[in-house]
Amino acid sequence: MSNTNSCDETKRNLIKNTAYAVAGVGAVCAILPFIDSMNPAQDVQALASIEVDVSAIKPGEEKKVMWRGKPIFIKHRTADEIKQAQEVNLSELKDQQPDDARVKAGKEQWLVTIGICTHLGCVPIGGQGDYKGWFCPCHGSQYDTSGRIRKGPAPRNLEVPPYEFINDTTIKIG
Amino acid sequence: MSNRNSKNHLTPEQELETFKSIHLDSPPMQSNLIKWVDSRLPIISALENTLKKHPYPKNLSYWWNFGSIAGIALLVQILSGLFLAMHYVPNTKLAFESVEHIMRDVNYGWLIRYIHAVGASMFFVALYAHMIRGLFYGSYRAPREVLWWVGIVIFLLTMATAFMGYVLPWGQMSFWGATVITNLFSAIPVVGESIVNWLWGGYSVDNPTLNRFFVLHFLMPFLIVGIVLLHLAALHNTGSNNPSGVPMQSKKDAIPFHPYFTIKDMVGFVAFFLVFGYFLFFYPNALGHPDNYIPANPMVTPPHIVPEWYFLPFYAILRAVPDKLGGVLMMFGAIIVLFFLPYLDKSPVRSGAYRPWFRKFFYLFVINFVFLGWLGKSPAEGWYILASRLATMYYYAYFLIILPFLPKFEKTLPVPESIDQHYKKQH
Amino acid sequence: MKLLFFILFLIINTAFASTQSSTSALHPKQQKWEFDGIFGRFDRASAQRGYQVYKEVCSACHSLKLLSYRNLATIGFTEAEIKQIASEYLVSDGPNDDGDMFERAGLPSDRMVGPYANEQAARSANGGAYPPDLSLIIKARHDGANYVYSLLTGYEPAPDGFELASGKNYHPYFEGRQISMPAPLTEDGQLDYKDGTYATKEQMAIDVVNFLQFAAEPETEHRKKMGIRSMLFLLILFVLLLIAKKKVWRNVK
Repeated sequence: MSNTNSCDETKRNLIKNTAYAVAGVGAVCAILPFIDSMNPAQDVQALASIEVDVSAIKPGEEKKVMWRGKPIFIKHRTADEIKQAQEVNLSELKDQQPDDARVKAGKEQWLVTIGICTHLGCVPIGGQGDYKGWFCPCHGSQYDTSGRIRKGPAPRNLEVPPYEFINDTTIKIG
Repeated sequence: MSNRNSKNHLTPEQELETFKSIHLDSPPMQSNLIKWVDSRLPIISALENTLKKHPYPKNLSYWWNFGSIAGIALLVQILSGLFLAMHYVPNTKLAFESVEHIMRDVNYGWLIRYIHAVGASMFFVALYAHMIRGLFYGSYRAPREVLWWVGIVIFLLTMATAFMGYVLPWGQMSFWGATVITNLFSAIPVVGESIVNWLWGGYSVDNPTLNRFFVLHFLMPFLIVGIVLLHLAALHNTGSNNPSGVPMQSKKDAIPFHPYFTIKDMVGFVAFFLVFGYFLFFYPNALGHPDNYIPANPMVTPPHIVPEWYFLPFYAILRAVPDKLGGVLMMFGAIIVLFFLPYLDKSPVRSGAYRPWFRKFFYLFVINFVFLGWLGKSPAEGWYILASRLATMYYYAYFLIILPFLPKFEKTLPVPESIDQHYKKQH
Repeated sequence: MKLLFFILFLIINTAFASTQSSTSALHPKQQKWEFDGIFGRFDRASAQRGYQVYKEVCSACHSLKLLSYRNLATIGFTEAEIKQIASEYLVSDGPNDDGDMFERAGLPSDRMVGPYANEQAARSANGGAYPPDLSLIIKARHDGANYVYSLLTGYEPAPDGFELASGKNYHPYFEGRQISMPAPLTEDGQLDYKDGTYATKEQMAIDVVNFLQFAAEPETEHRKKMGIRSMLFLLILFVLLLIAKKKVWRNVK
């Protein structure tokens, strides 16, 4: 080792280090598919969007569907419920959101929320509680007719999932 | 009379002692951090000793790469198997479809499944090449007997693991291969049938069998890792054999593992991946059997039940014997006989490179083994039966007759003075 | 040495010997397929026609239950086309709030609907024979693509003196030479291809094999593309490492 001139040694190190670097890149690229295999599979992703026919839901009624393994509340609000939701003073809210930010313009009678309490994950019960929205039996959180948290330990309003009306009677969630 | 060199007549104990006396120079680690960790857990100095101070013969050929290649193959199988296990369902109603779910829906599932299936074959290619090296160069001889025996244990465990793994996709070959091979245990007198029902967890191969094979298939590779560590410990103790068969005697014969064998092993790994990749990406089902893409059906037996290629020679030996128990004993015996190798081969010359007659019989042994494999996938009829019996006889004769008697007659070539001399002559 | 050559001679001889008896199947006719080889790709137009063949001819008896309608996107069907195809089928769902199972129009995410509820129903409708599911048929037969092609195009009248069992058809490419399936492709122009191609028996056979190859191995194109990239990478890495190894070993005397 001591007899080689330093020029040779640098060349040797360059090729050796290049080779190891390329091998390292290869190793990282080889790991990526394994990590991706843990992501949602194609059949799970295919069910990532669902279409729901809402024509049979009468005013005042609520339909529950499953979306990505979670319950979704589709509520057909009455005129009273809409008025109540719109007239709330925002400063009273723990999580300040006006009602029109939680529904689609022109379709205010439809409230679509993920039916999971934002406290610790229980499913709240509809049509109960002081605010006529939902009541969570686990720790007493109460939501209003816009699904907003009014009382109890939950920190945020019921989450509104991404959805759109693809025609007057069908919504596509996700 | 064979040429005898006094240096080759070290007793095994002398060989071990000489080996232990060789220490290579290596500048110590300077970093304070490393010294701090190492004084509390000497793992770093242990690694440093193994990689830089421990002597390795400088004349090792590429035949010595297959051990580390087999190690990489084991790691590839464990990694790919782990990720497959995240999606596979070990239930007879769901197993086949869960594998198809992996192939079609899991992101890169097809890649991981094919890596695992092709990888099993590649693992056995590496193992057989590794064992051929051992057989040719006399690596099983004293003082490496225990190293050799631990190696055979690894071979047996790997075969058991592969056998159970093949059952998991629950195809026709999975089911019927499992049925045929587990049924062999009924050949054991008196307790045979009870043992088989115990293995099955029922009265035929069914869900309990599949479930326990999954658990055991998952567990055994980790056992194998442990035994591989024992294998490496035994090797560390005796030092590597080398193509000349002459033991290391001084520093002039040896070089450290790092950087020489680290870089050489990397070359071997990439060559391995090239062969692996060729099958994996372009012919992933070439080494498998189409019948395993048919869901298992206990009512319909495939016309030819064949195990995977790496079992074929032993399958041929099994079928060569007309008696059921006899066939089982001869098949297992074919591996048990390997344990006795250190005592069957007593030639004064260790390496086949200097034993011309041994070489002829050895090449014939390899060709015969491949021939046995071909016979294993042929139907058991016509002249194939006689051929299987003759080939089985040669297999056993090589170990039990040829090797013990060869030293009495063979004229060996002169063995090199030292590894140093051997290396200089080759370069 | 002589023994060596004798053994080699035996091996080579038997490897190439063909056991021709009157009931063993002929080797499949060899065709060139666009999906073969390291550069293999799907012929999308052909595979789409092949789906039409499957739908209008084969699906009367054969299921394709490992595929979902959404998988058709791989061979070039649009989202709208897939939605339309799926909606033409009735899929069992439920139980509803009354506890009953019900039928609804298919969705792209549904598995393809087969002709029979289960194997027993299939056998009962086909004189005891079971028309196998075709999702994997090309991987489940030796030389699968050529085999299926030969099966579809190889029907012949039985030779004189051949004893045909009742309910069976003579077929030189089927093991045992007696197959339960009657020829499914009976005449040229049997169906009207949507893209206007004339549907000769030959064309239909080729198209349906292209489709079934996709059905069995939808990852074919991705796998081979990845293969070429990986092998090139490994070759370059191999050369680099080999040069590095020789340089490192240069000072071992």
